[in-house]
Amino acid sequence: MIKLENIEKVYRTSRVETVALMNVNLDVKEGEFISVMGPSGCGKSTLLNLIGLLDAPSKGQIFINEKAVTSYQDKYLANVRNQEIGFIFQSFHLVNDLTVVDNVEIPLLYRKLSNSQRRQMALKALDHVGLSSRVFHFPSQLSGGQQQRVAIARAIVGRPKILLADEPTGNLDSKMGEEIMNLLIGLNEEEKTTIVMVTHDKRMAERTKRIVRIFDGRQVS
Amino acid sequence: MLKNYVKIAFLVLKRRKFFTFISLFAISFTLVVLIVVSSIFDHVLAPMAPEINKDRSLTMFFAEIKGKDSIWNGNPGYKLLNDYARNLPGVELMSIHSESSPAISYVRGQKIVSALKHTDGEYWKILQFKFLAGSPITTEDEKNANFVAVINQNTQEKFFPGQSAVGQQIEVDDQKFQVVGVVENVSQLRNSAYADIWVPLSTSKNAAYKTELMGSCIATLLAKSRADFPAIKAEIAARMKTVEFPTELKKEYEQISCFADTALEVLSREAFNSVEANPNPSRFIGILLGLMTLFMLLPAINLININVSRILERASEVGVRKAFGASSRTLVAQFITENLILTSLGGLLGFVGSMLTLQLINHSSIIQYGSFQVNYRVFFYGIIITVFFSLFSGVYPAWRMSKLNPVEALKGGSLR
Repeated sequence: MIKLENIEKVYRTSRVETVALMNVNLDVKEGEFISVMGPSGCGKSTLLNLIGLLDAPSKGQIFINEKAVTSYQDKYLANVRNQEIGFIFQSFHLVNDLTVVDNVEIPLLYRKLSNSQRRQMALKALDHVGLSSRVFHFPSQLSGGQQQRVAIARAIVGRPKILLADEPTGNLDSKMGEEIMNLLIGLNEEEKTTIVMVTHDKRMAERTKRIVRIFDGRQVS
Repeated sequence: MLKNYVKIAFLVLKRRKFFTFISLFAISFTLVVLIVVSSIFDHVLAPMAPEINKDRSLTMFFAEIKGKDSIWNGNPGYKLLNDYARNLPGVELMSIHSESSPAISYVRGQKIVSALKHTDGEYWKILQFKFLAGSPITTEDEKNANFVAVINQNTQEKFFPGQSAVGQQIEVDDQKFQVVGVVENVSQLRNSAYADIWVPLSTSKNAAYKTELMGSCIATLLAKSRADFPAIKAEIAARMKTVEFPTELKKEYEQISCFADTALEVLSREAFNSVEANPNPSRFIGILLGLMTLFMLLPAINLININVSRILERASEVGVRKAFGASSRTLVAQFITENLILTSLGGLLGFVGSMLTLQLINHSSIIQYGSFQVNYRVFFYGIIITVFFSLFSGVYPAWRMSKLNPVEALKGGSLR
């Protein structure tokens, strides 16, 4: 499903060169739920951004569904992100001016769908995460856990095959974190969604099928 | 998608009300000024009653005689126009008349100052006045020096309140005239047509006017078509070389020039004090357009700054949209749509403001009998100005927004 070959990511400024990732090779099979762990600044989020095609590697190849996407142009990368990948961020990144259902519809705006089709899919996704009664609320009217569930609904509304979650429970208390984790596990088991999750939380990582450890930009396991 | 863009646009406008107010004020105020100025220029230059033939009319209003050490310029005299500008090839009708000048009357002990114009019979064939009563001055009236007058609606009200003026007498500058016609008021900006009272040229108090090369006359030439203009101008230039100076002028002056100008050339000649055959109207238009563009640039640049700072606020949203499949082109389209909505709102306010401002000008006495309107031509200029604002102030910020690195944008935004 996801394959990274000899991935290197170097950030260069006029004065300093920072190696974020070096010689990373990763193979994630369809339907897997893996965690990426490591200390702060080790390159976990960079790895996730590369898999999600939000950034480009300095060297190496990325394959999504066996297609080498590294050299794709912006328009095609945007299409792959829209069709294949869903994102869940630590800070939720909901648009505060939009209602819950409008937030969830965002990925569907970039597909050829009618207004009613978009609305139907968004409501279905919100129902899946248990927020049918909050459809016309604004993000500021929700708890942290509810906001993250909206973010998950947004990530899954387009039925992507891959979910990338960057510290999805990082800003939540343990109870809400458990709820979110249960949701993700449910998605993986029922929908066979491939999930790559960056986390600091060992307990959450142990609930996944495989743990990839990154240290100083290198893959150690 | 468009409905979503519109929704987001209004939400963004509501978010920072002060910035929105500044943006809308800048756009609408600029539009009001530009539309009012366009309306005034349109009023001066466009064919409009009674100057319905303005697009195929030429005006001879400026003459200059030169000697070795002397120059005299001003309006041409009757003799110059009558002897050297009649029967020009391509000219359908020619009228000699004066500019309007203040004339005093006393009615029921009250002093009334009116704009008085002396005309011939052809004047009333070239200009199509709307007569409310009576008829115009004829060629016979002018030939026989009949003391008849045409007055406008305003003058009828002042001299004969509540009555018809036709057949009645008015006294102007100690001369008595019988009113033969009443016309609608004409704007002061319609130079050839404007006056309060029109009388025959031959009733002029200056008995010597017929012998003057330089005087206070103007000729209006109605060409068969605009295509005849070059030939008419060339013929006038050729005839000016044949002018014989009267004895009293021969000592000091040896050459004379007089030009037939279009409406735009008249403006250009007056603006630049030009004495050349070609007063360079394209330079005049160029300067005007340049000033208009500069005037628009200031608020447009201000809008760019406001838009760029708004992008920074929305960096996270941009990052999310990119993460979920918005391409750079899609984001540019979104932002330009939002900007178009903002500028359209400003444009709408500008139009309403312009209409109110023009009504205020019409009702004030700034321009006598002014009747400015936002007509379809001026409306079209306004649309162009609004679209210019939208594109100029939206394209660059939209492009910067689309280039935001999604990773940086999600962290809080950087335009590097």
